[in-house]
Amino acid sequence: MTTRIHEILKKYPSELLAEWIGAMTAGGVRRDALMKEAELREQCAEFLRLLTQATEHGNLTDITGSSFTPAREMLERLSRSRSLQGFSPAETATFIFSFKQPLFDRLRSEYASQPLVANEEMWGGTLLLDKLGLYTTEVHQRAREEVIMRQQQEMMELSTPVVQLWDRIVCLPLIGTLDSGRTQTVMETLLQRIVETGAEIAIIDITGVPTVDTLTAQHLIKTVTATRLMGAECVISGIRPQIAQTIVHLGVDLAGVVTKSSVAGAFNWALKRLHQSVSVPGQRTPGKA
Amino acid sequence: MERIPILRMGQVLLVTIQVDMHDQLAVTLQDDLTAKIVDTGARGVLIDISSLEVVDSFIGRILGNIATMSRVLDAQTVVVGMQPAVAITLVELGMSLPGIRTALNVEKGMALLQSSMDADEAVLEVADASLED
Repeated sequence: MTTRIHEILKKYPSELLAEWIGAMTAGGVRRDALMKEAELREQCAEFLRLLTQATEHGNLTDITGSSFTPAREMLERLSRSRSLQGFSPAETATFIFSFKQPLFDRLRSEYASQPLVANEEMWGGTLLLDKLGLYTTEVHQRAREEVIMRQQQEMMELSTPVVQLWDRIVCLPLIGTLDSGRTQTVMETLLQRIVETGAEIAIIDITGVPTVDTLTAQHLIKTVTATRLMGAECVISGIRPQIAQTIVHLGVDLAGVVTKSSVAGAFNWALKRLHQSVSVPGQRTPGKA
Repeated sequence: MERIPILRMGQVLLVTIQVDMHDQLAVTLQDDLTAKIVDTGARGVLIDISSLEVVDSFIGRILGNIATMSRVLDAQTVVVGMQPAVAITLVELGMSLPGIRTALNVEKGMALLQSSMDADEAVLEVADASLED
């Protein structure tokens, strides 16, 4: 059984297309800056073709069915690309919703003598187009979330650079709040880099960490212990007066962890530990005076 | 029966764990190693676990025990080549293995053992010298 909507779609494809684009232009949803007219026309034509195919078997209510698969896939592609292009979810959904006007106009004129039939078909059409519209919004949202997730991941990786300061000395300058997820990444990158570089001393600099709570302190201690287990030593530097106060107030036991107030101090300690020294040309070292 | 080989290099016993440790194997290693320390009068034990990818709390405890036992038998233990994942697991299990000395690889572990044995010798010599005086 073919539906009347399918008949209409089949009968007036080019008219519907023209009116649809007209409706979009009138509704102000066309964004010429973001998308060329030719591209929009192409998308509309493709959607019409797929919708005609999908409605051929009389299924108008279940858009998750197999007959709607090509149409759904096309909408997914369109929604994703629009989300990346900077369209809002409403604008994306209006792409579908603005098709109502031309379709219903056609239905009304075609079945002018049978108002009941026209009404019924319009209801069916509304339901169908609403579902498709909501589907685009959903995909749009999902695409956005994926972007955010990816950015979070990238930021996490960017925010833990392990730099080699000297032969056998690496430094990890931490910036920003440390939550458990980030600390895990921090620990993994640091240990991995220790293996790669064969570093014997790791300096964790927390100058850029605004607050330290018990959990963060615990994570830091864990990292220090793990480093020690691997056979390297760990220094924590950049502890600001406020953080020192908090740590003591919280009763965190940092005994057994070497701490220095600045990276310079930690670096100096590391050099001494490795029996190395830096000499400035033209200056006599104090020991050899 | 499966056994982990213990090699002797001068005053040092060398253990390279190249199979996945299961509990029985670990206990056997502990027995063999303590016996061998007494037999050879070794002063140092070097355990290379670089090919070990999984460590549970039991194996962790055995490693700790081995270190303590060999100290009682007057030998120092150095564990070398722990993988990051293993270190993280042990820390998450709450095992910081406080009695164990560690090094990044066999070379550094050997140097560590050598220097601590040299230090022991030096102390002995000083003691001898003071006795003679």
